[in-house]
Amino acid sequence: MATKDIIDTLAGIEPGSALDAIRTRRPQARENAQKSYLSLFEPIEAGDVSLVERAAVALFVIGLHREPAAAAFYRAKLAATADGARLVEAIEAEIARGETSGPYGAFPTGPLSVENKAGLIYRVSAERKPDLGPRLVAAFEHAHLLVFRPRDAAAADMKALLAVGWSNTGIVTFSQLVAFLSFQVRVVAGLRVLAASLGRTVKAAAGA
Amino acid sequence: MNAANKVNPPVVFTQDELGWVSWIDPLPEAELTERHFAGLVDRARAKSEYFRLLVRDPEVLEARTRTDKDIFYNVADGLPRAERELAAAATSRYNGCIYCASVHARFASTYSKRRDDVQRLLDEGIGADLGERWNAIVRASVALAAAPIAFGQDNIEELRRAGLDDGEIVDVINGASFFNWANRLMLSLGEPSK
Repeated sequence: MATKDIIDTLAGIEPGSALDAIRTRRPQARENAQKSYLSLFEPIEAGDVSLVERAAVALFVIGLHREPAAAAFYRAKLAATADGARLVEAIEAEIARGETSGPYGAFPTGPLSVENKAGLIYRVSAERKPDLGPRLVAAFEHAHLLVFRPRDAAAADMKALLAVGWSNTGIVTFSQLVAFLSFQVRVVAGLRVLAASLGRTVKAAAGA
Repeated sequence: MNAANKVNPPVVFTQDELGWVSWIDPLPEAELTERHFAGLVDRARAKSEYFRLLVRDPEVLEARTRTDKDIFYNVADGLPRAERELAAAATSRYNGCIYCASVHARFASTYSKRRDDVQRLLDEGIGADLGERWNAIVRASVALAAAPIAFGQDNIEELRRAGLDDGEIVDVINGASFFNWANRLMLSLGEPSK
């Protein structure tokens, strides 16, 4: 494989380690988690979602999870993407504004309503809208919903994305990207905790 | 946009079979090409509105499907299928995905033969007392689903005390993490219908 396995890199899993051996028992899961990453971040053709949009959303989503090693990886990815470096500062500021704890949100009205939990309804700050542009503004607001309050999602949220130029196919790719990162960041965090319990040195993924 | 006027959304968690209706247009079956069928992996999935929506990006769908299948169906070793499904159901209960919870609660019931316990997870929520081993798996899944992630050494120790080895713990991590992917697609691109 041309690119190093991203989950191994971010979780600090070394070849020959106990966790390397365990991951080898699910070879299709390992290989296809990597293929998912590649098809989202290094697609054959970017199609309806540009590479810089993909990297910008990734930094925002991972930043909201407060996982420093993974955030450093996606920050570097955005900075290395054409037209990406100029966005890093604005995105970091928006991450700070969007930080909260989830999942929260409302259930369909009925017996589950007692479990409804209110929380931040994030909107991009007016001052950073010009830097991000309308497509990324809508994407960040929707990504924040997906990260922290996915059960609040409604048909109207699709309309908000369509209204600023996201296509049906673009919405699918963008949704997959946020949802995939929600998986990836948890596998990485889980494996790091397990590795630490095995007494192994978990190497920082900085610069990977 | 799809017409949403035929939708009859469930208002409680259930093990009943539910439908799912997309909020944006899936690809029509007649427009699917070989590239799309490769993305669907199983051709029969062309009948599903959900998969015909996701197949708008076939490369991502194919990789996601193969990840899913290995995490849940590869039972040559590791955690029993029932408990992988329990991790999926608990994650879905906590995130609030009624559709995903219905499917994976059914699978958990089928493979564990503990339908009443699974139903208590759905009815009472993630605090239901399901016995040491299942409680450990539910708590680990919930800690992983939290944003920021709350999974820590306490979870590993609890899973070990309940008898899980490292390979089985990785299966819990994979299964629970995968449903943070699945829940977000199912919750945000459409809705369940009875």
